[in-house]
Amino acid sequence: MFGAGGGTSSYEEAEHTDVIFLWGSNARETHPIFFHHVLRGVRNGAKLFAVDPRRTGSAEWADVWLGIDVGSDIALANAMARVIINEGLADTKFIDSATTGFDEFATCVEEYTLERAEKETGVPASAIREVALAYGQARTGMICWTLGITEHHNATDNVLALINLGLLTGKVGRYGCGLNPLRGQNNVQGGGDMGAIPARLPGFQDLEIPDLHDKFSRAWGGAAFPRKKGWHLSEMFEAMERGDLRSLYIVGENPARSEADQGRAVRLLTGLDHLVVQDIFLTHTAELAHVVLPAAAGWAESEGTVTNSERRVQRVRRALDPPPGARDDVEIICEMAGRLGADWGQPSAEQVWDECRSLSPMHAGMAYHRLDELGGIQWPCPDETHPGTQFLHARLWQDPVEGPLAPFFAVEHDPPVDRLTDEFPIRLTTGRRLDSFNTGVQTNEYTSPLRKGEALVISPEDGARLGVEDGECVSASSRRGSVEVNVRFDHTMRPGLAFMTLHFPDQVATNVLTIDATDPKSGTAEFKASAIRIDKIDSSPPVGKYPAKPGDGAAAST
Amino acid sequence: MDIRTTGGAATDAEMAAVDGLLGKPESLWEGGERRPADDHVGYGGRAVRSQRHMLLPVLHSIQDRVGWVSRGALEYACRRLSIPPAEAYGVVSFYARFGREPRGEKAVHVCDDIVCMLAGAKAEHGVPCLGLCDRAPATLTERYGEAYTAEQTAHESPQFAGAKLLRRAGVVDPESLDSYRSHGGFEPLRRARQMGPATVIQKVTEAGLLGRGGAAFPTGRKWESVAKEPARPHYLVCNADESETGTFKDRVLMENDPFALVEGMAIAALATGCEKGYVYIRDEYPLARRRVGNAIAQAREAGLLEIDVEVRRGAGAYICGEETALFNSIEGKRGEPRNKPPFPVQVGLFGKPTLVNNVETLFNVLDIVNGDFGNTRLFCVSGHVDAAGVYEVPMGTPLRTLLRQAGARDVQAVLLGGAAGSFLTPDQFDVPLSFEGVRAIGATLGSGAVIVFDETADMKQVMLRIARFFRDESCGQCVPCRVGTKRQEEILERMFQKPNNDGQADVALLSDIAQAMRDASICGLGQTAANAIASGLTQLKVLNSG
Repeated sequence: MFGAGGGTSSYEEAEHTDVIFLWGSNARETHPIFFHHVLRGVRNGAKLFAVDPRRTGSAEWADVWLGIDVGSDIALANAMARVIINEGLADTKFIDSATTGFDEFATCVEEYTLERAEKETGVPASAIREVALAYGQARTGMICWTLGITEHHNATDNVLALINLGLLTGKVGRYGCGLNPLRGQNNVQGGGDMGAIPARLPGFQDLEIPDLHDKFSRAWGGAAFPRKKGWHLSEMFEAMERGDLRSLYIVGENPARSEADQGRAVRLLTGLDHLVVQDIFLTHTAELAHVVLPAAAGWAESEGTVTNSERRVQRVRRALDPPPGARDDVEIICEMAGRLGADWGQPSAEQVWDECRSLSPMHAGMAYHRLDELGGIQWPCPDETHPGTQFLHARLWQDPVEGPLAPFFAVEHDPPVDRLTDEFPIRLTTGRRLDSFNTGVQTNEYTSPLRKGEALVISPEDGARLGVEDGECVSASSRRGSVEVNVRFDHTMRPGLAFMTLHFPDQVATNVLTIDATDPKSGTAEFKASAIRIDKIDSSPPVGKYPAKPGDGAAAST
Repeated sequence: MDIRTTGGAATDAEMAAVDGLLGKPESLWEGGERRPADDHVGYGGRAVRSQRHMLLPVLHSIQDRVGWVSRGALEYACRRLSIPPAEAYGVVSFYARFGREPRGEKAVHVCDDIVCMLAGAKAEHGVPCLGLCDRAPATLTERYGEAYTAEQTAHESPQFAGAKLLRRAGVVDPESLDSYRSHGGFEPLRRARQMGPATVIQKVTEAGLLGRGGAAFPTGRKWESVAKEPARPHYLVCNADESETGTFKDRVLMENDPFALVEGMAIAALATGCEKGYVYIRDEYPLARRRVGNAIAQAREAGLLEIDVEVRRGAGAYICGEETALFNSIEGKRGEPRNKPPFPVQVGLFGKPTLVNNVETLFNVLDIVNGDFGNTRLFCVSGHVDAAGVYEVPMGTPLRTLLRQAGARDVQAVLLGGAAGSFLTPDQFDVPLSFEGVRAIGATLGSGAVIVFDETADMKQVMLRIARFFRDESCGQCVPCRVGTKRQEEILERMFQKPNNDGQADVALLSDIAQAMRDASICGLGQTAANAIASGLTQLKVLNSG
């Protein structure tokens, strides 16, 4: 946050805070470890609020569930801000000393009356007010979010709307307060920190700042690498479409199944001049590749570090030899450099890390032996006497504040791109379940008693209206394509709302339906909001409930 | 909450049983029909989960109505209370009284515990002691439905005799507050209010009253500890889960003089600053439950009761007589004991300071406040005697006197203190029945059970029944007790079946197991589960060598 690129708080703080928001996050299923900390907080007396179109397992734990219409997060956040301001609950001292842009922000949210928010979000005004007051009055509070916030065409604005709430009430930079995106894998944070994003060098350092570029260039023997930021994933696909991108090297991603508008993604990948895929599985994307580089697993087969959502860098160790032919990522990349004419030697993971520490100030103090001794260290950790940083932005409470102030951003509600019409009247949102991971590459190989395969989850009321039975195969269509999928009735869904996952792409290609409307700033597609139509298949033979289909790992248990 | 449905749907009768207790569900999220607002907001969380303690009452309500707890009914209850069904099923299966298979409209529960066994009771699915040993063989008959009834084997004649604690029993109308007041009722409470809490505690301490539930802890010290705890609220719990084999004194007190219990609780609450009280009565005592409930209602209506007192039904678990297991049971959980410390006076029911007293203990308080403490003790004499019943005698009365009073002849042995007590033989009958007196011969008064066996009794069968009792009633939470009680029963069976076995190797093995249970069980059940067996093996002629 505020340019730091990581969650501000520690897990521990969730156990000692007064209010926890899970906003666009079903952490109960998708971040179960973090949710344990949330539950401890709840048991210690924290109020839990869940903002989600679906009444999820997380929402069942919440004191109040706000079931917003998909894509109305900003309307809700702005209306809460208006309540907080008008009730005199804004932390004016903090706003004056530590932030900028408040006046413009206040003018913006003044338009978001409770009545308007109820209209945009569907949530009763009284509930919005209640939750806003609870957050405004609490001594400490945390807002945590996941893809429900970021998989939208206006993802960045959504995040800014939540940050505004934290700044407004001074709930940042203090113990038990914070703004936290929960990361979907053990090392999503680490990937970004190491520069696996288009505009950043390791240590989240801006590629386009000449001094920083020069520092790396010097360290790398005068290497001449681009001074302008590259493309993010969505832009790469646009470049493929234009023909500007002809060769692609993919490490550990499965875009042939994970991209929105899957038909287009596969077509573009297939049309490349040269596709290299480095992965631990022969994914669908790897099947399209000209060259596949089998990699050792990051967990248990490799040495190195991972960084979790609380910015804690931890060691991972090699416990097993990888299968014959599979090689460590570092080894593959250095070997590749060698073939391209640069001798990078055969560095150990620790040597690579020490090079990173020499260039990334926030990692500088994290020698391997210290990571061992301290059980991991939270960045920033500028030198080898520094204990790491439990929560970020404490500087905002200094008087006067050192460094840049934290800006408010006035952001406006902007509904999903894929509009609901009479032709496509149902809002499809996508997400994940407890026992599966993304496209199922890593999870569909083992069975789970909870896994029932893909289904179009709808309310029993919609099922009755459509004249379909629970478990019946229907046709689901968006403006981009159609799939056949079994419906599953779930009373936690409201009429007009449907839910699917992308866990079983071989069974149902969910991303045929999704829209690739993309947030220009983050490059994330609006997976969370498509408009679909559900049609009964008249010739559909009678089927049992959730019949096993290829790729359905739970065949034996259903 | 991960409420995953198992596919069962509750019937209308089952839902009515739950709603009768909790009220109609207000939203889809509480198990009702979808209302428009449910699409966009749901209230729950802490507010719903704080109702967890209603789980046992809800389960009772379901079973009273339909005779058992079906999956569908359980699921509805879980939705109402926001409890994961798997966890709630763990609660249902913990308590013996909850049926998990359909039953007819009527069920007759036949006691086949020691005393009823002596009286000839045999049953394929017998139940442990029903606390009706004064009228053995005994049964409990339930009729399920909207008008649920539970009927105990009836009295033939009053089976109690006493001058102090029992003086109103059989004299006052147990359903009439006026009758109780005309016999001096609620005078002690008035006096206690005049004295103030500190003086009441001082008087209880000076009287040297020891708890009558079995552990004999000084009551005054317990009261003082609770009174000075700063955490709020304070809870008062009356332990009326009288489940020790051969014990029925608390039942007699509650059935015949229920207002006195309510008054005793009012005084205890006054002295220790308790804001809320519970009477936890074992489910096998429907008459006592009704009469105590009635007494509470009448006293409250008359403005005599300053705190809220609630009757809670046990569900057929001996272990719930252990105070921390009892807390868990009231909280809607499996009745598994907690580790101590922390002790209940600091961290008890709902994690708050809690005063737990037995029924008989609270009766004594009335006389103490009146300046009329008799230091008597109630004994439940049953088995091979002419007049089984509750006898009130001065502390220190010789056992022989008590046996003569009850009309015991040709006595082979006495089991003093119930299943957790020990066997005494005629050469020990001069022991004075006081805490110190019995301790001197390695016995305990326990709950005041005195089961008498004449020369005809098959003591091997009695010991096997005790072993089976503990194996059944071990909650299974800690290993020494769970495994030890099972092994104890197996070894005993083996010993008694082998005609030419002098048993010495097995006696040594039993002794080892007993030691492990005593040392390593977290509660009194495991710690005492070998007592009666051990004393039986040394005192009784059950081994071929003996």
